[in-house]
Amino acid sequence: MDFSNWLWLIPISPLLGAVINGILGSRLSKSVIGIIGAGTVALSFVISLGAFLQMLQEPASAMPIIRNYFVWIQAGEFHANFGFLLDHLSGLMILIVTGVGFLIHVYSTGYMHDDSGFYRFFAYLNLFMFSMLTLVLANNYLLMFVGWEGVGLCSYLLIGFWFGKKSATDAGKKAFIVNRVGDFGFILATMLIFWTFKSVDYGQVFAAAASFPLEPLGMIGTVTAICLLMFVGATGKSAQIPLYVWLPDAMEGPTPVSALIHAATMVTAGVYMIARSASLFDRAPGALLVVACVGAATAIFAASIALVQTDIKKVLAYSTVSQLGYMFLACGAGAYAAGVFHLMTHAFFKALLFLGAGSVIHGMGGIQDIQKMGGLRYKMPWTFRTFLVGTLAIAGIPGLAGFFSKDMILAAVWESPNFGHILWAVGLLTAGFTSFYMFRLLILTFFGEARYTHEDVHHVHESPASMLIPLVILAIGSIGGGYLNIPGYLGFESAEAASASVEHLLMGASIAAALTGLAVAWLFYVARPEWPARIASGADALYSILTHKFYIDEVYDAVIVLPLLVTSREFLWKVVDTLMIDGTVNGIGQLIRSSADGLRHMQSGYVRTYAAWILAGGVLVVAWFLR
Amino acid sequence: MIPLHWYLILAAVLFLIGVLGFFLKRNIITLLLSVEIMLNAVNLTFVAFSSQHGLISGQIFVFFVLVVAAAEAAVGLALVIAMFRNRESLNVDRSNLLKW
Repeated sequence: MDFSNWLWLIPISPLLGAVINGILGSRLSKSVIGIIGAGTVALSFVISLGAFLQMLQEPASAMPIIRNYFVWIQAGEFHANFGFLLDHLSGLMILIVTGVGFLIHVYSTGYMHDDSGFYRFFAYLNLFMFSMLTLVLANNYLLMFVGWEGVGLCSYLLIGFWFGKKSATDAGKKAFIVNRVGDFGFILATMLIFWTFKSVDYGQVFAAAASFPLEPLGMIGTVTAICLLMFVGATGKSAQIPLYVWLPDAMEGPTPVSALIHAATMVTAGVYMIARSASLFDRAPGALLVVACVGAATAIFAASIALVQTDIKKVLAYSTVSQLGYMFLACGAGAYAAGVFHLMTHAFFKALLFLGAGSVIHGMGGIQDIQKMGGLRYKMPWTFRTFLVGTLAIAGIPGLAGFFSKDMILAAVWESPNFGHILWAVGLLTAGFTSFYMFRLLILTFFGEARYTHEDVHHVHESPASMLIPLVILAIGSIGGGYLNIPGYLGFESAEAASASVEHLLMGASIAAALTGLAVAWLFYVARPEWPARIASGADALYSILTHKFYIDEVYDAVIVLPLLVTSREFLWKVVDTLMIDGTVNGIGQLIRSSADGLRHMQSGYVRTYAAWILAGGVLVVAWFLR
Repeated sequence: MIPLHWYLILAAVLFLIGVLGFFLKRNIITLLLSVEIMLNAVNLTFVAFSSQHGLISGQIFVFFVLVVAAAEAAVGLALVIAMFRNRESLNVDRSNLLKW
């Protein structure tokens, strides 16, 4: 069977699931909904796997595999196909998306079991899978944009899934609006690409870009402009400074959504886009430097906020922002392969951590504050074990997936020509922070004495098998994922490799950072539990800045939201709408009314009067002809 | 041979009677009859000119006017009945709701 002929079914299968569940879901039983929801994704996964394995057998000359299904838009010079492209990058991405997606669908059948919106949830989740797979498989920028917008819509729908909660709908709106800002950048980039290369098709664009001269650092040419605009889109979707603010709030959605969309797949779309456009970014070192700097800044910034958060999902959310910064740092250093490698390992361990957190929240009956947890190690042994694996992986403890990808990124950044050493130092510090806050989370949640009362939590229980099995599989991925030779497989032209001794030194530094974070966390929360409070009160100003997330939300509210609201209300509403638009419309009505005021008395209601007017008219007409 | 202007004078007198009847009377049936008189005054003019000039078209016009008048009478009388059912009166001044 030739799987590449079945590429179209990979996104279409979840779409069918979404349609069936969305339309008929209210009449189906929960098990049928779950089977349709997870089954369609499983089908996608099987085809993806088949196509992937088949692709590995193909000779390099046969790559990439392109299937154009129909001409989507044809207008003058402009031409866009509805077509899919399978190469090493998109092949890996569809495996991650369908694989992790399938596990999360299975998990959701357990997690969402008692929710009244069960079928709605699966319809949205399947729609998301369709959009994400379209984004990844598209063979031109315009179709990618369709997927890009689709995942944004599903993200909005799923963040606001519990729409009875004001905070959830607000978070959904925030995510959508902030993403619009980024999407605007993407649209402009697509237009500029068409304007420059006369095509939006990947193959034609990259071929044309190859003949463009390298734009040296400091020069903002067309390609640099395209790359920067694309990166604006990426900062929105992938939650980078300055548009990261929506992701922490997005934790209002159900936890499987946080795991699938806001950790493993959708938020990595920006990284995928940059890796996909590597041929463009390679021509624009200035844009790459911007990507690297924003990535590094986001990584350290979000990690420092995560240090003091007390909501289990918020810690993980800031951690996601920080890790995405890492991926951008890698891409900015030209190490796209390392970035995508980290994308994959991150998909495993962050999905694992979120699902583990979901299992904890499920068992605790909805409590998310880690200060009210503790001692869950014995109550939830499997959740604990898998969560431990996830923590070790993200902290960069040697032997697990996160270590390999993180180490590769740091090594690549060290070698990068522009500010490599400074960016490396930032990355290393972030690694230390990451290790600290993750072990803090682990210790506060699973170790020590239980800090919840029995009034709060009646019955702490381990989650059902449908939730634990995905955890175990993801844990295996979090251990084994690092041993796959993803960078070699992706085959991007890698930067000059560092000498072996330097590489070992760098590796030693990152291990040291991870272990330091672990040691400090142990010291603070096991050996000397009174220290954190003392430090917090000692460095009062710093602590309150961190707990308030650098007041970024407040600043955005004051600088952007409030002026917008005030101008809208005071000027657009009260002046433009009420005075100008309403004034014009009402004025015309008033004019007609007053001018008709005299004329309307002609209508007396008496037949005679009307006859008299007819007579007068007749006389006038006759007089006109006789004149 | 009666000269043309006699016919025309007769038609004008008939038309004037129709107009005056229409304006002075209150009974709706009278009003309809007045309209018929006006129409027939016009018919008379048509026929007179037709005979004077030896052209057939005037007489054909009269047939059209008669057809229209018959239709109008049918609709008009139906309206009269409907009006009487509602108002129990034939006085047109009682039906004056259609106004500003």
